[in-house]
Amino acid sequence: MEEILSVQNLCKKYDELVVLDGIDLSIKKGEVVVIVGPSGCGKSTFLRCLNGLEDIQDGKVIHDGEVINPCSGKLNKVREKIGMVFQSYELFPHKTVLQNMLLAPLKVKKADKKEAEKEALKLLDRVGLLSKKDNYPRQLSGGQKQRVAIMRALMMQPDILLLDEITAALDPEMVREVLEVVIALAKEGRTMVIVTHEMSFARAVADRMLFFDEGRIVEEGSPEEFFEHPKTERLQKFLLSFSYAR
Amino acid sequence: MDTEVILSYLPRYVEAFFLTIRIGFIGIGISLILGVIVAFLIHFRIPVLGKIAGVYIELFRNTPLLVQLFFLYFGLPKIGIAIPANVCGALGLGLLGGSYMAEGFRSGLDSVPASQTESALALGMTRKQLFINVILPEAFALSVPATVANVIFLLKETSVFSAISLMDLMFTAKDLIGLYYNTTEALCMLVVFYIIMLVPVSVIGNIVEKKVRFKMLGA
Repeated sequence: MEEILSVQNLCKKYDELVVLDGIDLSIKKGEVVVIVGPSGCGKSTFLRCLNGLEDIQDGKVIHDGEVINPCSGKLNKVREKIGMVFQSYELFPHKTVLQNMLLAPLKVKKADKKEAEKEALKLLDRVGLLSKKDNYPRQLSGGQKQRVAIMRALMMQPDILLLDEITAALDPEMVREVLEVVIALAKEGRTMVIVTHEMSFARAVADRMLFFDEGRIVEEGSPEEFFEHPKTERLQKFLLSFSYAR
Repeated sequence: MDTEVILSYLPRYVEAFFLTIRIGFIGIGISLILGVIVAFLIHFRIPVLGKIAGVYIELFRNTPLLVQLFFLYFGLPKIGIAIPANVCGALGLGLLGGSYMAEGFRSGLDSVPASQTESALALGMTRKQLFINVILPEAFALSVPATVANVIFLLKETSVFSAISLMDLMFTAKDLIGLYYNTTEALCMLVVFYIIMLVPVSVIGNIVEKKVRFKMLGA
């Protein structure tokens, strides 16, 4: 399969603090890559480097044959193709669900309003939120907001979707309704890079697992070998922290 | 209290009331326009102009309106610029208010979470698109309470207009007391007219504040 995103020796520093220390990664079209790791390991920062929300100090990110970070051209054009969903949803509070979904397509892509609206309603219907189209974000639950946020990102028809701990702010019951949407997207063959703490979800959705620690990829592999036969001691310890015994 | 006295004073108070409102609202209009411009200059860190805007705010926020009015009304003629009293009043109020309004708008702009900017950027919006469609409406909603408070504050500040011989409410009360010594009636009417002027502003301000906050921010 063709490579859609490639990361070469990516280094990110805040002054003296090294956050990402030489990351190499190649992502193929249709692949779902899940990144896990302890807090502060740089996994969220890594995602933000992929769409240029963070600048980088060394290395490069290549999307579709074009170097996008460090960016020489128009970063906003690149971001159209790389969707991102955040932990705190970040819907626009003064716009209805439908307006939230239409804002970027109409302003950025200058899409036809009728067409875009049709597409938005289709996507909302898909996640069972058609009846909420004229509601404001404040009237939705966290899980509903996050489903809208995912669909809003899809409205731009991105090549890749970056999901940054999208269920970390949700009640356990709402986690499922959001993650099921993501699993459905994976089945459709969407390319995704996902940062999460939900291990059972990671295992279900991933084509490839990455374990980040101290700004490096410490271990990577198929979900099977990653969870059943972790090679490094660091990953073994990390996975143990998710299981309890009395 | 003598009703006859009150009735005989009434026309002068009504006249003063409308003069106060007229100059007050022209001054507030100036302060709103000035405040928006100054807040933008500072928010976007425009070179030189942004610094000048900062100096303006500190200068006018930290001097009393009375002093500013004296400067405009008695000081400027010394260098050949004579401005009529009512223009001085509106201008002084506008300059003082502009510094307060600018701080209110600036804090509104600064209070929009950075994560909103990021999510708009992640959708491919340009800085300009995201400012107009996301930041501005949210900042507007966030700065409504400060703006309402400033409007009420500025209307009350009009009471120093009497110092540059504008026939506002305060001037009228002092004048009538000086002429007829009916202190009780004159002062009571002064209070009543200020309340008539300010309570509606306060009530409408609260309603607007709630409506805008709910519509824009959902809380």
